Amino acid sequence: MSHPMTLTEKLLASHSRRKWVSPGEILKVRLDLVLANDITAPLAIQAFKEIGAKRVFHRDRVVLVPDHFAPAKDIPSAEQCKTMREFAKVQRLSHYYEIGQCGIEHVLLPEKGLVLPGEVVIGADSHTCTYGALGAFSTGVGSTELGAAMATGEIWLRVPETIKFVYHGKLQPWVSGKDLILATIGAIGVDGALYRAMEFSGEAIRQLSMASRFTMANMVIEAGGKNGVMEPDEVTLQFIKGRAQRSYRLFRSDPNARYEQILEFDVSKIHPQVALPHLPSNVKDVREVGKVEIDQVVIGSCTNGHLEDLRIAAKILKGKKVASTLRLIIIPATQDIYRQALKEGLIEVFLSSGAVVSPPTCGPCLGGYMGILAAGERALATTNRNFRGRMGHPESEIYLSGPAVAAASAVKGRICHPDEVIKRKT
Amino acid sequence: MRFEGRVWKFGSDVDTDAIIPARYLNQSDPKELAKHVMEGERPSFPGEVKRGDILLAGKNFGCGSSREHAPLALKAAGISCVIAKSFARIFFRNAFNIGLPLLESPEASEVIEEGDRVRVDLSTGEIYDLTKKRRFLSKPIPSFIQELLRDGGLIPHLRKKMAKRKK
Repeated sequence: MSHPMTLTEKLLASHSRRKWVSPGEILKVRLDLVLANDITAPLAIQAFKEIGAKRVFHRDRVVLVPDHFAPAKDIPSAEQCKTMREFAKVQRLSHYYEIGQCGIEHVLLPEKGLVLPGEVVIGADSHTCTYGALGAFSTGVGSTELGAAMATGEIWLRVPETIKFVYHGKLQPWVSGKDLILATIGAIGVDGALYRAMEFSGEAIRQLSMASRFTMANMVIEAGGKNGVMEPDEVTLQFIKGRAQRSYRLFRSDPNARYEQILEFDVSKIHPQVALPHLPSNVKDVREVGKVEIDQVVIGSCTNGHLEDLRIAAKILKGKKVASTLRLIIIPATQDIYRQALKEGLIEVFLSSGAVVSPPTCGPCLGGYMGILAAGERALATTNRNFRGRMGHPESEIYLSGPAVAAASAVKGRICHPDEVIKRKT
Repeated sequence: MRFEGRVWKFGSDVDTDAIIPARYLNQSDPKELAKHVMEGERPSFPGEVKRGDILLAGKNFGCGSSREHAPLALKAAGISCVIAKSFARIFFRNAFNIGLPLLESPEASEVIEEGDRVRVDLSTGEIYDLTKKRRFLSKPIPSFIQELLRDGGLIPHLRKKMAKRKK
């Protein structure tokens, strides 16, 4: 082949009527799906109207999800949800999800089979990069561009250089996708992949569940990345089986594709990770964090609110009590995950341990509601950002981890390795 | 396009939660957002910033969320442009789309200090520190983006283009 391409390059070429593309080129790209939420949709709808657009480009391809401050936390939030709901009705959108069928957008869309391998998706939310785990190109944009894209079904994009991340070896106990991505961000920094595509590969990635893969792609933005991708495999196909609502295409990187950089990781050396305040790159092995007492643990979000995350948390919390000095908030990411967790008895485990279980919402992750921090308080969360003041008062602190460390720490009242709470079968 | 103003200097990795915390995103009126701009980093900032002032920062300015409310709040507070070592990509697109100019200059970001008076010429990419009497060159802004800025952002730019087509 004369022009070998990376997976990201192939995805963009296939949506811009091009045989091949190179990094740095600016393309007009056809979009398979555009997405907005209750924070970003009102401004996008305003932009849509201001440019004089009348109809969305395709009523099945514009998805609106009230998840950030919904169920509405106050009157202004209710007004924002109302703006979105009315727009969805007027435009007869097929995919507007009301409270009760809803959930956190980046977990909901794959669950509903609305994003598939080979597609190009933009969303007015920075964590739109999550869908790269399916072998799609997806990235976050602002409201104005989203408003224009709702009208045209197109956007201009610069073809990013790709950095390849290869993960070898066997995973340590309690290590999941969250630990791998935290270790990666710790290694390259919060702008280590600025404007770049991050391609995740290697036998350790192929061993990962779909949930763990979504978690990794979800946090690409925390390294400044434009998109994250993984080649679809059996795990991907198993996930989309029965969900896919359209046909899809499987792309792989060419063996001789050009990468700006290739970074290799031995995952057998990666133990559960924790990001310390106030950047996601401020990462340490949990055993090196020292004695850090915490006031609140949050398990949920688009990063770690999957069923698998709740199962891990329940395994640790079963028959145990949350420390009396601490509050544990658990948020299933979607209505279906909530229902399945109920069937499997996970919710019973959470309630018996002294946790509070919230309906699906982004809520506390971005300091919206459902668990805001007071001055001087410290939280451990399975969310994606620990910027100063993100979950509440500017003088509060956020630590990030995967669900195993979060659940174990909720029992101990301080940040700890899961081994301190549950005996491992050897 | 030329601007002149006082410089407010911030560090690296200033995130969108610092520019405008999410608790104020239950509405999107730029004037309301401006009342809380940068308050996480410096609580007195919204009260002290003056129209035309220039914001200076280190690397990766605007990292984090896709919220367009961040550049909107800066613009509504009167900030005429942001100079930084580098910008996060979603913030970069959003700023030009809503008509807030950004200039990349690692040298200016190092040398210029808080309180300096600085003049910026967007067409040449020249940054002149009137206090220190020093000149810096930033990456020039492509002419189509300058045109977009002159029109006040992507929406007025598209409307103007469509109106021209109708004539």
